[in-house]
Amino acid sequence: MKNYLTLFAGFVFGFGLIISGMSNPNKVINFLDITGNWDPSLALVMLGAIPLAFLGFRWIERSHKTIFNEELHLPGKDHFNPSLLIGSLLFGVGWAITGFCPGPAIVAMGLGSVKAIIFIVSMLIGMLINDRILKLVLKSN
Amino acid sequence: MSLIINWNDFTPISALIGGALIGIASVILIATKGRILGISGIVGSLLQRTNTPQDHYRWRIYFICGILLAAVIGNVLNLLPKLDISSDYSTLIVGGLLVGFGTRMGSGCTSGHAVCGLGRLSPRSLVATMTFMASGFLTAYVFYHLI
Repeated sequence: MKNYLTLFAGFVFGFGLIISGMSNPNKVINFLDITGNWDPSLALVMLGAIPLAFLGFRWIERSHKTIFNEELHLPGKDHFNPSLLIGSLLFGVGWAITGFCPGPAIVAMGLGSVKAIIFIVSMLIGMLINDRILKLVLKSN
Repeated sequence: MSLIINWNDFTPISALIGGALIGIASVILIATKGRILGISGIVGSLLQRTNTPQDHYRWRIYFICGILLAAVIGNVLNLLPKLDISSDYSTLIVGGLLVGFGTRMGSGCTSGHAVCGLGRLSPRSLVATMTFMASGFLTAYVFYHLI
């Protein structure tokens, strides 16, 4: 049951990406490229998503448990470090040059796009470089 | 340098509805599974190899299958706008590496920081979101207009 709800959450998320236009890289680029032919649509995706997330998270965080009475896995809110800034900065660069962030790339991969598959494979390698190599190097210092 | 809004491609209603669905998905996942809907975290955790109970992988795979299912059904119903990807292969590889590396280093991407994090009024996610948005706008300007 819970697994199917998780599947459903993924489905609703994917559908949202498709309907909103987020899954179309050139639309994302037309949003990020303000001085080009600017398409402000994606600002409205945030406007549609955040208030509902706000209400839902406020409700569930107040009850401290899921509806199945299980614990919540919530990341901290006030932890700042250089990694947060440098990582987000690099992510922004990759996002702007391709128009892909991780979720929409999975949607495009689901459509069988070869370009999306190339992006995803590179993304997985980038993740492994951070998770395996960088952390090992930092630990050894 | 000027700001020209492209009204022809502006799709406010579908953007709002799609955004609302993304918000609802994040609420379903936290309410039923107690997890943050952050794609870079979900995908990155699948690459983890040590000390991992079976459920660590299971729910994440179900979630990703849900996304793929939406793509397949969206395609069958012809809901999908034509996929426009003009980037060449080398750009996709460099961009993919940067997105993968950066989102893991910065502990999140658009879904985890900008939707869930901002929804939770997290200062950490606000800083991350402002950073990758600013970086995205600046990079787009440099990449599409200067080089």
